Amino acid sequence: MAQTILHKAETRGHANHGWLSSYQSFSFAGYYNPDRMHFGALRVLNDDTVDAGMGFGKHPHDNMEIISIPLEGDLEHKDSMNNVAVIKNGDIQAMSAGTGIYHSEYNNDRASQVKFLQIWIYPNKRNVTPRYDQLTLNLADRHNKLQQVLSPNADDAGVWIHQDAWFHLGKFDKGIETDYNVKKAGNGVYVFVLSGEVKVNDEKLNTRDALGIWDTDQFKITALTDAEFLLIDVPMSF
Amino acid sequence: MNVTMSQTQILVIGRHPEILQTVVRLVNNNPSWNATGCLTDQEAIASFDKQEFALVLLGGGIEEESEDALCRYFSVNKPDIKIVQHYGGGSGLLSAEIFSAIG
Repeated sequence: MAQTILHKAETRGHANHGWLSSYQSFSFAGYYNPDRMHFGALRVLNDDTVDAGMGFGKHPHDNMEIISIPLEGDLEHKDSMNNVAVIKNGDIQAMSAGTGIYHSEYNNDRASQVKFLQIWIYPNKRNVTPRYDQLTLNLADRHNKLQQVLSPNADDAGVWIHQDAWFHLGKFDKGIETDYNVKKAGNGVYVFVLSGEVKVNDEKLNTRDALGIWDTDQFKITALTDAEFLLIDVPMSF
Repeated sequence: MNVTMSQTQILVIGRHPEILQTVVRLVNNNPSWNATGCLTDQEAIASFDKQEFALVLLGGGIEEESEDALCRYFSVNKPDIKIVQHYGGGSGLLSAEIFSAIG
């Protein structure tokens, strides 16, 4: 029997730092809710808006798989491995912090905000060599179908990370439905709605709502309106 | 260093000097907590023997053998010590990890 947990958009933590507005699905920084610590290996899902010309200064990370998905605008990334890149809507970036990395992320546009998802997944191995990966996705590949954008395998579609995790994006027209097969026994899926309304089995979700579902091999997703969503398939024990 | 008795003492161990420094600084941002940072196993054990810690945070870069040996030493010498593997490196997870561990 499938287990589920519903996280309505308005129950997320929120931090407003002036230049940064961050809606946090799980406990992060000043937001601490013992009931919202993680969903399996998914530890952070921050829905961030960064003002024009602002950003995150140089700061360290270790032992975390960090994925950024820009939704609007461009974000400049610089790190201690000498990577300098701009990620924009349609891209996905993955970084394995491993033994330690410094990076900064800035919105260099003087006029427009950047909106992006910052997702952290616990790695399946500590102290790996830090690495960085970035990919431009074909947006047509998610229209009325699921587009795999992340996996544990370097030779599979999308970027890869050190965890048995798979991400899919979908942009469905109203009325389109599909079955999702959980990728690995013991994994659960966190369904996060980016826009519109969807139904996961019998649970209706609005924009920025999320449903965690586990102890099942498969579930159905139906677009009740034109909708975009992200599926985060992660181990529940790790 | 100004340590008050009511502060929760936290031992932070990590191999990356700058990240260790960041984690210690962030822990100490909470006036109820006081962090001692150690880069080596020897320093960590010496600090542990000298001071009463409530929590040990194991940071990045510690070899598995070292981590096992440290955990064994801490648990044998203070069975109620909380030991947490810290993920993220001075990130937004730090406070939540500490709150979860010490209640």
